Amino acid sequence: MPGQAIRLRGAVKRYGPITAVDGLDLDVPEGTCVGLLGPNGAGKSTTMRLLTAQAIADEGELEVLGFTLPRDSKAARAEMGVVPQLDNLDTTLTVEQNLLVFTHLYRIPREQRREAIERALGVANLRERRGAKVDELSGGMRRRLLIARALVHRPRLVLLDEPTVGLDPQVRQELWALIDLLRSEGTSILMSTHYIEEAQRLADTVVVMAAGRAVATGPPTALVAEHAGREALEVYGPPARLREVEADAQTRGWSTRRTGTSVTILRAEEVDGEGPDGERRAANLEDVFVLLTGEEVA
Amino acid sequence: MAARPRRLDRAALTGVLVREVVNFGSYWRSTTFSSTVEPTIYLLAFGFGFGSLVSRVAGYSYVEFVGTGTVATAVLFSSVFPAMFGTFVKYQFQRTYDAILAAPVDTEELVTGEALWIAARAGTYGCVPLLVAMAFGLDPSWGMLTVPPIAFVAGFGWACFGILIAAVLKSIENFNYVTSIVITPMFLVAGTYFPISGLPEWARVAANVNPLYHLVQLVRHAVFGFQGSADIYHVAAMVAFGLVAWRLAIHFMERKLID
Repeated sequence: MPGQAIRLRGAVKRYGPITAVDGLDLDVPEGTCVGLLGPNGAGKSTTMRLLTAQAIADEGELEVLGFTLPRDSKAARAEMGVVPQLDNLDTTLTVEQNLLVFTHLYRIPREQRREAIERALGVANLRERRGAKVDELSGGMRRRLLIARALVHRPRLVLLDEPTVGLDPQVRQELWALIDLLRSEGTSILMSTHYIEEAQRLADTVVVMAAGRAVATGPPTALVAEHAGREALEVYGPPARLREVEADAQTRGWSTRRTGTSVTILRAEEVDGEGPDGERRAANLEDVFVLLTGEEVA
Repeated sequence: MAARPRRLDRAALTGVLVREVVNFGSYWRSTTFSSTVEPTIYLLAFGFGFGSLVSRVAGYSYVEFVGTGTVATAVLFSSVFPAMFGTFVKYQFQRTYDAILAAPVDTEELVTGEALWIAARAGTYGCVPLLVAMAFGLDPSWGMLTVPPIAFVAGFGWACFGILIAAVLKSIENFNYVTSIVITPMFLVAGTYFPISGLPEWARVAANVNPLYHLVQLVRHAVFGFQGSADIYHVAAMVAFGLVAWRLAIHFMERKLID
């Protein structure tokens, strides 16, 4: 049975009157990819900062790669890589120089530095741009360089904080392929995201976060089956009609979610014959996300 | 599993220093230019300007007096300002420190590494005015060889002071207060361009808590002859300033960087 790359029990982080992380339990088994899925302000980024000891928990037990945080955080950080949400590359340096700096920060022995840089450049497909200054790179390339930088020391665990936020769909797919490669090589990954598709495609386990807590945990398909059933019924119409459908569903005890132009009745397979007219489709993780967090998906 | 990292780990300090050295490759020309041209202008202005009015000050020719005083100001300017502005920009705008602290480096090592690098630069650039003064007629002496380490120690203290200011203040505009209220008076009441003996008694007493005054005295004595216990006192004052500023910089940067 694999060990835990990350183990959090009852983690609490407060900022004055605001509780950003509120009793979070989280497990990332070694060699798996866990997706932290939640709306903005759910506590995902704070959780990431707790794991690098850039935020110190007020309560709870935190272990990363067997090291207790915050006491042994430096040892844990030596074996993990972090891809931040906000770009913090050295913009006046070249791609290669950025990686060189981190071979030193991650204590890679002198004789292995060249090989480590070449490997990271290869993984991120940046060999052709090694001499380019960061200022000259596209947004997608900069993001790939951030990932390469986090991988330069072959970490056992990688933290990806909203790895594809703000990128166009094509670049996003490139990064997904890169993250999938990492996962296939057995690297443990914790990835925060608010993109449903990203979590569904890449995560072995999804943890849905809302208001600093894990409100549901499981493989994407299991979460969908448990919370949204097999099918969903999309009912379209003017606002008055949608209010009517919602009221009727509430009377009958059906779960619904509202999107901008429709009402979705979940577990539609259980309402055969009694439901309103609408379009049937397979239930998905977005249904679970909206149901559990109360957030609309853009 | 690798050995557990210790406090003030050499590998972590090296990592922080390497980052600075690699970055320095992209801006060393401008820094070296300003560090050379500025003291030259000061020496020309004061040397030929005041020098034509004042021949000797405190037993030295005015060029000798101002040449050694300019070393201290060069050390101050090449350490405190890069530390203040550089630190603020790196944590607030570039988020460089977030990247470094995600690696096996802690705030104590980060601050120490940054201060050591700035001190090394101050120790080097602080010597430029001596070279310029020599071109203006200052006689070389063996004691001048101790100026780089003296400038390094002073530069470390000022770098830590600058990092402390960057950690405490919330906006870069507020640096003006520190420049006006702290740095400019210290710069003037240090015996750089005129001796403090002509100042009121309270200013002479205040000079003793001014680290720049101790640096000026040490540099002058290094060039013209050490003065025993007086210089031990000056070294002790500079080291004490450096130690206090170092620990305070670490404390307040930790509060700034770690939630």
